[in-house]
Amino acid sequence: MAAYETQGFKLDNSGKRVVVDPVCRIEGHLRLEVNLDDHNVIRNAVSTGTMWRGLEVILKHRDPRDAWAFTERICGVCTGTHALTSVRAVEDALGIRIPENANSIRNLMQLCLQVHDHLVHFYHLHALDWVDVVSALSADPKKTSELAQSISAWPLSSPGYFRDLQSRLKKFVESGQLGPFRNGYWGSPAYKLPAEANLMAVAHYLEALDFQKEIVKIHTVFGGKNPHPNWLVGGMPCAINLDGVGAVGAINMERLNLVSSIIDRSIEFVEQVYLPDVRAIASFYKDWQYGGGLSSSCVLAYGDIPEKANDYSAGNLLLPQGAIVGGDLGTVHPVDLRDPNEIQEFVTHSWYRYPDEQKGLHPFDGITEPNFELGPNFKGTKTNIEALDESAKYSWIKAPRWKGHAMEVGPLARWVVGYAKGNPEFKEPVDKLLQDLGLPLPALFSTLGRTGARALECEWAAHKMRYFFDKLISNIKAGDLATANVQKWEPSSWPAKAKGVGFTEAPRGALGHWVHIADGRIENYQCIVPTTWNGSPRDPQGQIGAYEASLMNTPLAKADEPLEILRTIHSFDPCLACSTHVMSPDGQEMTSVKVR
Amino acid sequence: MSDASNAALILGIGNLLWADEGFGVRCVETLVRRYQLPDGVTAMDGGTQGLYLLPYVQAARRLVVFDAVDFGLAPGTLLAVEDDAVPRYMGAKKMSLHQTGFQEVLSAAMLTGRLPESLLLIGVQPVELDDYGGSLRPAVRDKLDAAIELAVARLRDWGMELAPRDPSDAASLNTTALELDRYEAGRPSEQAACRHGDGRILFGDDPCV
Repeated sequence: MAAYETQGFKLDNSGKRVVVDPVCRIEGHLRLEVNLDDHNVIRNAVSTGTMWRGLEVILKHRDPRDAWAFTERICGVCTGTHALTSVRAVEDALGIRIPENANSIRNLMQLCLQVHDHLVHFYHLHALDWVDVVSALSADPKKTSELAQSISAWPLSSPGYFRDLQSRLKKFVESGQLGPFRNGYWGSPAYKLPAEANLMAVAHYLEALDFQKEIVKIHTVFGGKNPHPNWLVGGMPCAINLDGVGAVGAINMERLNLVSSIIDRSIEFVEQVYLPDVRAIASFYKDWQYGGGLSSSCVLAYGDIPEKANDYSAGNLLLPQGAIVGGDLGTVHPVDLRDPNEIQEFVTHSWYRYPDEQKGLHPFDGITEPNFELGPNFKGTKTNIEALDESAKYSWIKAPRWKGHAMEVGPLARWVVGYAKGNPEFKEPVDKLLQDLGLPLPALFSTLGRTGARALECEWAAHKMRYFFDKLISNIKAGDLATANVQKWEPSSWPAKAKGVGFTEAPRGALGHWVHIADGRIENYQCIVPTTWNGSPRDPQGQIGAYEASLMNTPLAKADEPLEILRTIHSFDPCLACSTHVMSPDGQEMTSVKVR
Repeated sequence: MSDASNAALILGIGNLLWADEGFGVRCVETLVRRYQLPDGVTAMDGGTQGLYLLPYVQAARRLVVFDAVDFGLAPGTLLAVEDDAVPRYMGAKKMSLHQTGFQEVLSAAMLTGRLPESLLLIGVQPVELDDYGGSLRPAVRDKLDAAIELAVARLRDWGMELAPRDPSDAASLNTTALELDRYEAGRPSEQAACRHGDGRILFGDDPCV
């Protein structure tokens, strides 16, 4: 590849190549290759999904009412959000309207997933990119207590608490059971926190682990079971009987009270632990303004959380819908998922075959036909690729574009769109966070900004859970107990042919499912998941995707310890895995870092 | 959740869309169809949820895990590992495909001081994993019965008797669309699905055509 410019980035692959593979495992592999210049600054970035996922093919000819159950298995973590997207697509195709209660319950489940996922992501999949666990062992518990009390009223903050925790941690580390802490680049110069901040953050890592057990109960109440809750085309599969008793059967007051108390505790935990931690950690990394990538120019949000049932227009969505291109925050473009000229997927650099690969295809016309071929300049052998050739096909991820632009999706994209719209629910918390940190608006467009937006969204979502809970209760008390509409349950009531689209904002970003139904069966099914947008390879114009852009121009403290790469990629919460930790070289060959 | 409700957790892990990766989930599915679970015993399809499974593991007094495991044995071999050997074994070599997730779950349970008293891992050495949309290979499917009986026997040792379920009293772990028979009946041919996964890219033979 000759050096070239795209989207404001100068790509140059002449320097030494560093390969991080896989960044994560289980539900798909993500591999990154970058070229470093003589100063260890990233000058070229290549993101590749190394696993074929032909869910579209698996769903063909199945019953559309069952599609949600299959799509729940696409991703190891955000199961419910795929199910929700799927039932919305089928309802859209068949013109099925859901009751208000079902809308409130779905919003509660979706918001609960946002809160849960953001918390787990920050503490368990991302914090250790900023927090040095080994350094925490040398912290002074008294000073840690002072630090904790200076930033939050959270009660677990005494010197004794941190001392106990530190000795527990020491024992754990000394026993050789590093467990979740096994894989860090501990001691790297890229870590900037004082020991006390590290200890505080590790304490909250453990508290967040504990807090999970509360929040998952909400999905069990409304979805009947967890971790794979039940969904239903036409509404929700849970009946409501306020006077009922017991933990099984219809939803009763006892279980609604449980939900209510979990919402209160979620708000408290996010406001007193998560947000203060993010603010404190960010204050030590203010100089590390890398990783913004496309966020300052092109972001996309489909929007979600309909206020009223069955209205998916932008004005009815509490999470904003819109697109920003060219960095023009003064113009938020409307987004139409049905318009064949807006969302298109390209495959010039993806291992698929189209009749004409210079053209993109809208998902309604999507084709998922594999075509694995490596470019002439790849290094290694077919069974052991050392370096991919990004001038040719190099990923199992297609390249989606919005009106021809590569876009970033996710919490930062949503918050930038909300900010640009001037919606005070989004603008005010962003301005406040930046002001607290003494940073200007451009600082938002960074790895740290992505991590900050996720934390703000977690707080927003926790409060919105309260809102929809209250709405549900008042609707029930007004005598409306309906949770499902089964008028069009039977395929005999459907048209011979129908097509529909369902969309949500998954924790990691905009998610869409497009379905064709013919004679009661699925004829075509296409998903564009958030990681398709963010992990996208190049397109016919050579435009790079959001991951690739985010790595550009980032300096690495040490070329063989690519902590900065992981920090930025993890800030997107890649949905390719149940774990985005990197394993040590002896750690079951889960990841290798190769410098060439 | 009271203690009585968490006497034992029977957990199947893996992704049923990936051939023998589905072993764990299919074990629990079959067990639930055949047996009545006594009070306090929970069966769960853990999928590939990783750390999200921690709350359930922490709450359980005893834990049975079904999984596809790379023991380095002949494909289709069934092996049970107990208690201290489970995490130790997991740390020693590549064992479970989900160990990045599940090994961390056990470590986190240990770190928080709430590891179950007893652990039983029932694993099968997979034949084929990289087959998206595929199902259990015969050598693995043949081990379902034996795997389940191992669990039932150990639960009995623990004082929990699983009575055979009356066939008229149907029970399903998941929505019936995902049950083994319906799943297999509805899937496309191997050729149509191009089911072979990442093996084609980084470690494999020819891509399907």
